[in-house]
This record gives sequence, structure tokens and C-alpha cells, in this order.
Amino acid sequence: MTTHRNSAPAHTRSLPVRQLVLTLLGWSIALIIFFPILWMVLTGFKTETAAIADPSFLFSPTLESYQEVQARSGYARFALNSIAVAFGSTFLALLIAIPSAYAMAFLPTKRTKGTLLWMLSTKMLPPVGVLVPIYLIFRDVGLLDTRTGLIIIYTLMNLPIVVWMLYTFFKDMPKDILEAGRMDGASTLQEVFFLLLPLTLPGIASTGLLSVILSWNEAFWSLNLTSSKAAPLTAYIASFSSPEGLFWAKLSAASTMAIAPILILGWMTQKQMVRGLTFGAVK
Amino acid sequence: MRLVRHLPVTTLAAAIAVAGQAQAQTEITVATVNNNDMVIMQSLTDAFEQAHPDITLDWVVLEENVLRQRMTTDIATGGGQFDVMTIGTYEVPIWAERGWLEPLDSLPDDYNEDDLLASVRDGLSLDGTLHALPFYAESSMMYYRTDLFEQAGIEMPEQPTWAQVRDWAEQLHGSEEGLAGICLRGKPGWGENMAFVSTLVNTFGGRWFDEQWNPELNSEAWNNAISFYVDLLSNYGPPGASSNGFNENLALFSRGNCAMWVDATSAAGKLYDESESDVVGTLGFAPAPIAETPKGSHWLWSWALAIPASSEHKEAAQEFITWATSEEYIELVGETNGWTSVPPGTRESTYANEQYTSAAPFAGFVLNAIKEADPTDSSLEPNPYVGVQFVGIPEFQSIGTQVGQTIAAALTGDTSVEQALDSAQRATERTMQRAGYIER
Repeated sequence: MTTHRNSAPAHTRSLPVRQLVLTLLGWSIALIIFFPILWMVLTGFKTETAAIADPSFLFSPTLESYQEVQARSGYARFALNSIAVAFGSTFLALLIAIPSAYAMAFLPTKRTKGTLLWMLSTKMLPPVGVLVPIYLIFRDVGLLDTRTGLIIIYTLMNLPIVVWMLYTFFKDMPKDILEAGRMDGASTLQEVFFLLLPLTLPGIASTGLLSVILSWNEAFWSLNLTSSKAAPLTAYIASFSSPEGLFWAKLSAASTMAIAPILILGWMTQKQMVRGLTFGAVK
Repeated sequence: MRLVRHLPVTTLAAAIAVAGQAQAQTEITVATVNNNDMVIMQSLTDAFEQAHPDITLDWVVLEENVLRQRMTTDIATGGGQFDVMTIGTYEVPIWAERGWLEPLDSLPDDYNEDDLLASVRDGLSLDGTLHALPFYAESSMMYYRTDLFEQAGIEMPEQPTWAQVRDWAEQLHGSEEGLAGICLRGKPGWGENMAFVSTLVNTFGGRWFDEQWNPELNSEAWNNAISFYVDLLSNYGPPGASSNGFNENLALFSRGNCAMWVDATSAAGKLYDESESDVVGTLGFAPAPIAETPKGSHWLWSWALAIPASSEHKEAAQEFITWATSEEYIELVGETNGWTSVPPGTRESTYANEQYTSAAPFAGFVLNAIKEADPTDSSLEPNPYVGVQFVGIPEFQSIGTQVGQTIAAALTGDTSVEQALDSAQRATERTMQRAGYIER
């Protein structure tokens, strides 16, 4: 008893220290990852000369850059394009990926694994390699500088990842539940809509969010395939860089405004995202 | 009831009327960079649209290199996404030769083409025909702090030499806390450090290529120029000079951290702007320093507006570019944004305007520098290329950037000047051989 009583406090004493170290480590890593974003937000509140001066946390904040950025270009137009393109492409990608992931997870053939790998291999090609052919096709079918064009490109860009993620979520779902549904006379469509989708919703939501974020941040295609009408926020940010003139503060203000909506969305849905990403990790 | 019955007919009529109106409007897309003068042009959109009710302007503003790549893709594939493009003296003759730009041989009489500065006009022409209209032009000159020069008892001569600049930099370096004797471009890039370095090499008697296109980067003149540059900047320059381009040096000089700075004349307007600069009252300027020869000691660059051959609205585009580069536009900017903000260096009439010359004390210097810069005769010995701070061949972008990187490496002390120039020479030889200028 005595031994036990003695060892117990020793055990609880070591735990907080370990926890403290781990917490500190976690926070430090998070801070390192977050630091560039924090610095960007701070720079947005500096004057142009302070922005380019020796790095300092001490400065008198000003909204000058935000005012100038607002006065100079229509943020709303770019933001609307970003929203339409990111959500449009995600919706389309999910529409295509859910049936294909279903087929691969529940009706696999001997070529399923190969098909999955082949799909992923399309991500290994540098996009600039196909820029000219895609540009020519878009020119001929009139998709240059259109939201539809960007939605198609982003859907194709994200499809491999979306299919892969959904495939792993679907595979982790117990087959018995689907079989039970089938025994009760559910058709394939009913099976998907009333059993599979509700049960894997966290996974689908986090896949969708990832796809939205990837589309939101994409810059190569948006800069190359749009000019004025369909240009999203990535093009808006690029417009503040200047070869002759100071622009760091304005660029930071524009970037902060560009990432704000997606940051807020991520913040609001972080529970679902974490749940989705760890879905099926522990059984 | 009657109203309801007639509603579809009325709506249809209204729709046709609106569609008809929309058809009459020509929308032109203007691609440009985010320089101050272009921002002003964008802010005057309403003035243009009011004077030309049948044309509306749509702007695409991009980072310089992205813009260049975007425009090249569009022209090469005939995409027709842009009706007006902002390009520089380097691209115009190359793109014009490939048939990418619309020749501007039918400009209206009231455009007063003869008023354009001859050197600027020549730089934007191919076989005597303009292929772009100059929006603003610049050369290079020296800026210095008059208060520091007075304290040290230095008098600025009419034409300073690089040897004098070195002595002054040595004398003034560190005389105030955080003060660099001289600020110069160090950031690698054909349009960054190599713009300045090329003028330095020119005035030290060097050239990029001999008359048979053989590179001369390891010649004595190059070695002297680069050794001088590395010595000057590493001893009397600001810390981290190899990452300073135009913008960084502008910030340093306007905060009072440099005693001297040699760079684009377009900085003058910004240095005289009290909201951005702390040195308005102590700003002096002089011609760019010289060494062996005055030839090619200061550059010539202009930002110009061109119409791509793929544009579907060439007439409306020409309306716009003639307006944005006209005397009328310069007057308009002077009246709305102040005379120091007018796009400089394009027209004789700008420099005949007393309102401008009294508001911009640097005007005479800039005009002289631009007029004296001769892109067809920029080095002591003859060369086969056009351009002062660049070589007007398509391969120069990659050559210039590569050589710029080796020179930046010499500046940081990673390699010696000899090693840097030898490797630059080898790389340039290879590029020129592959491109077929010289035999393997």
C-alpha cells in the first residue's frame, strides 16, 4: 500500500511535465507553421516604408494599405469568382468521384488498384507541360477567361485526390450495413443516398473542404487561363506586385483579404475536418 | 389584363434594345503592370470612356514576369485575350519582327508623332515603323544627399566619374548611423542587377559581344568593371546588397540610408513625394558616373502600349493607346494628379511645359539622359546589337539572368570575380552556340 501510495504521486508528477513539454512542442510547431501568415497580416497594417524596413514587431498600425487596395480594384468581383470556381469545381468533383469511389470500394476488380495509381500519376506531371495544348483547346471552344473553364480545370485537377480520399473512407465502412440494406430491398441508389452518404458524411465533408481549399489557392491555371472576367483572388493578389514601386504592405493587405474567407471557413469547420481526416483511423 | 398580355412583347423589345446597345459598345482588355504611372492611367478610365462612349476598358494588372509569360502564350497561340499590352523596349523589336504586334503606321495627325523623343521612338520601331507607343521612358542617373556632401565639403562636378564616386563613398560610409556610402542594384536578374552592371561595363570600355557575336565576358574591361562593382558595394554598400533591387534601394535611399544611389530616372518623382520620402529637402542629382567612356553609361528604357496582332478590336485599341500616350493625356494627369506625376520622357512638349519643368527640377537631367542614350552605339568598341542595358536578342533574358546570378555570387563572396566571369563566359558561349549565332 505504502509503495503504491508513494509511486502514485511520482507518476502524476511526471505526467504534467511530459504534457507540458509536448504542449510546448505542439505550440512551437504550430507557431512556426503559422508565422508567415501572421507576418503577412502584420505587414498589411504597416506603411510601405515600414514594411520594407528591418523586420520589427513594433510599429504604429495603419489601415492605409487596406484603403488603397479597396479603392483600386474590385475585391468583390474577384472574391465572387473564387467562390463560384472553388465550390463549383468541388461540387462537380464530388458528383463524379462518389460513384467512382463507390465502385472501386465495393465492387473492386483486379485492375482497381492500378486504376487508382494511374489516376494519381496524372498529378505528377508539371502543369506547365500541358499549358499550351489546354490553352489551344480552351481558345477553340471559347472557354478562355470563363468560370466554366476554370471549374472544369479545377475539377480535373482535384479529381484524383478526391477519388482517393473517398475510396479510403468508403473502404473503411463496414460492408455488413450495406448488405443489410440490400436485404431489406434497397436499390443501389437508395443504398448510396440513405446509407453510404450519411454514414461517411464527415469524410465527404473533409474531402470537399480540402478540394475547396486547393481550388481557392490555385494560382498557375487561374493566372494563365483568365484575364479580366473570370479572374479569381489569386490574380487579384498578383496585381499588387510592382517592378517600380513599393508594394509589400499593399500585397500583404490584399493577400490577407484573399485568404480571409477560406480561413474563416476552415476555422468554422475545423471539428468536421479533424473528424473527417481521422475518420476510420482507429477502429 | 392588357398590360399583362403585352408584357412579353414589351420585355422582348426592351431586351433587343439593350442587346443592340451592348453590341455597339466595344470592350477592350488592357494588360498592364502595377507601376504608379499605370495605376494613374487606370484611375482615369472614366475620362477615356466619357470621351469615347462606344469603348469600355477592362483592366488586367499582373506581376511583370507573369504578364510577359501570359502575353507570350496568348500571342503565340492567337488567343486574342488582350487588345492592349504593356511591354518594354526590349520586347517591342523582337515581337514586332515575329509579326506579333500590329504596326502603327496610320496614327491620326493630331497625335503629333514628331513630338515623341527620337531615341524613344527609335527603340519602339522596326524598320522605321512604330510598333508600340511610349507611355513613359526612363534613363539612369545619380541621386545623392546634398546635406552629407556639404558637411564633407564635396562639390558635385557636372559629370562625376566612378573613381570620384568610390572616394566619396569611402568618405561618407558610416558617417551617420546606418548610412551606406552607396546603394546599387545587386538582386540577380536581366532587368535588375544586369541593367546597372551593363551600363557600368559599357563605361569601363566593355561590351557583351564582339561584332561576330562572340561573348566577351572574361575580357579585361568586364573584369575591371565587376571587380570595381564588387569592391565598391561590399565595402561601402548597405548590408545584404545582393538582394537589393530597384524597390529595395528606393526604400533605403528615401529613408536616408544611402549617401548616393545610381538608378532609374523614374525614381525622381517618388523621391520628391513627401508622403513616401524623407529626403525631399536634401535630394541632389547628377548624371550617371562615367569611367573610360561616356558611351552607354546610362540606360534607355520605355514602357509602351502595343496592340497584339491577335486582337479583335484593333481600331478601338488604337483609339485607346493614342489617347493614353497623347499630349492631352499628359495635360490631364498634370491637372488631376499634379505635375510631378505626369508620365515622363516621351514627348518634347512635356519638357516645353513650364508647369512641369517648375514642378520637377530633375526634368532637364532626365531629358538630356534620355536624348543622349543611344541604343545603337552603346559601347566603346562597335557591337552588333541594339540596346544599352540589354542585348536586343530573344536569348538575352536567359543569358542576362544567368550572368546576373554569377555576378551576385561574386558580390556575396561565394566565388571570385575571375571565376564568376569565366563561368558566365562559358554559359553564354554555350547559349550562343545552341542558338546558332556562333559555330560550335
